[in-house]
Amino acid sequence: MGRVDGKVAFITGAARGQGRSHALRLAEEGADIIGVDICGPIDNLPYPPATPDDLKETVRQVEALDRRIVAAQADTRDRAGLQRALEDGLAQLGHLDVVVANAGICIPAGWDQVTPQVWQDTIDVNLTGVWNTVSLAAPHLVTRGGGSIIITSSAAGLKGLPFLAPYVASKHGVVGIMRALAHELAEHNIRVNTIHPTGVDTPMGQGMEHMFALINSKPRLAPMFTNSLPVEVTQPVDISNAVLFLASDESRYVTALTFTVDAGNTQF
Amino acid sequence: MAGRVEGKVAFITGAARGQGRSHAVRLAQEGADIIAVDIGKQIDSVPMPMATPDDLNETVRQVEELDRRIVATQTDVRDYAGLKRALDDGVAQLGRLDIVAANAGIASFGPAEELSEEAWQDMIDVNLTGVWHTCKAAIPHLKAGGRGGSIILTSSAAGLKGYANVSHYVSAKHGVVGLMRTLAQELAPHMIRVNSIHPTQVDTPMIMNETAFRLFLPDREHPTVEDFAPVSQMMNALPIPWVDPVDISNAVLFLASEEARYITGVPLPVDAGALIK
Repeated sequence: MGRVDGKVAFITGAARGQGRSHALRLAEEGADIIGVDICGPIDNLPYPPATPDDLKETVRQVEALDRRIVAAQADTRDRAGLQRALEDGLAQLGHLDVVVANAGICIPAGWDQVTPQVWQDTIDVNLTGVWNTVSLAAPHLVTRGGGSIIITSSAAGLKGLPFLAPYVASKHGVVGIMRALAHELAEHNIRVNTIHPTGVDTPMGQGMEHMFALINSKPRLAPMFTNSLPVEVTQPVDISNAVLFLASDESRYVTALTFTVDAGNTQF
Repeated sequence: MAGRVEGKVAFITGAARGQGRSHAVRLAQEGADIIAVDIGKQIDSVPMPMATPDDLNETVRQVEELDRRIVATQTDVRDYAGLKRALDDGVAQLGRLDIVAANAGIASFGPAEELSEEAWQDMIDVNLTGVWHTCKAAIPHLKAGGRGGSIILTSSAAGLKGYANVSHYVSAKHGVVGLMRTLAQELAPHMIRVNSIHPTQVDTPMIMNETAFRLFLPDREHPTVEDFAPVSQMMNALPIPWVDPVDISNAVLFLASEEARYITGVPLPVDAGALIK
């Protein structure tokens, strides 16, 4: 018996990286998946965008586990499109129990190099996109009589990592969404928590050469990126295991938690 | 299918009943062997009955029924030498140490100016110094294993927030968070993770008795569990009056397992939202 047997999880940014890993880990433990991803470019990204083929690969891997998945290409900034994708998934899979607001972008730049477009795109995807995801999904959890909402923040959602100002602002912002909704949705037995990874070995994490140059230019700030545990980078499954715990009934009374999966980065 | 902590050995204090027994059983269900200790007798300043040697025997029975091994000793976390002997003996018999659940704790109640010096001192000795003793005895074994490890300290919602009439308990449980944060730093180079858990009211003998109910319902002479439930529920955000021991054990299990291999320094509330109220 899986730890999330019979549950349905809605995952954004599911084409690859952490999102795909969450889909697979939850499917391994018995969940069906509604997966969305933009599968396309956003200006200024320092790493290649996810593609429709990436999302197809997530579908293939979930189906190889004998679980169902409804996948759609959708942008979390496009509320109407996101709603269509979610409702199509619900029509096919019947109900919703778990929401993983994972889709995000990261464009490093010194504060004086942040263009208005980089600021706006980051806030739109990482903050407003999370709001769209959560606010569209919550009514279905209310109907279901309970559920678990998991928002991917970052170590940068709890501390002011340099050269990431819009990212830091957006990831702090989702903590605010979490805290407010944990109160408002508690009466419906809906739990809301954030996860705060340190560096994760994903295509996003692999696109940070510019970041290293910025850090090298300001060596006094470099220790802010140090992990306490002697690991330089974590794996997507480490974040997925925390998602699984929060998604399962094992954590049925855990809410409003800022859950660091950060090798001690925020404590260093 | 292999258990989530298969082959590991866990040291659990306060293991005779309540949360401690639940941790022993849950970890054993997932493949761990157990080194268990409990004081198994009364402390004078504690106004409700404490665990007995029979309670500890029952924990042993339940773990052995799961086909896991357990080494249980009656000992007091305030007695460092006795605690160390019990742990060293357990490690000698079971061969290793991976997990520490510093769970032993007491409760007593009273406005700060009315607490006896004895009640204050017993509280700090058991709920704070006892936790340090537990870590001090265990850390050399974790380091010697060379496989890292997971230390889980039982704090409380009262370890992150103040509550009236339990100043000594709040102080001790806040102190545990300081110990957790410091040990997380000290032990990180050895891949030893240190986290704390912060329960709201749990359905255990420490809480589910008339003396404890009177803390929450000072105007009632003989408050019942039915009187207590709505008051307890008001302290939580989720619509439930209290959590079950297994809810804390599931958090212990997650932190104890390799699933949490990069999680350290986390104060993990299992509090039904009590801390956001």
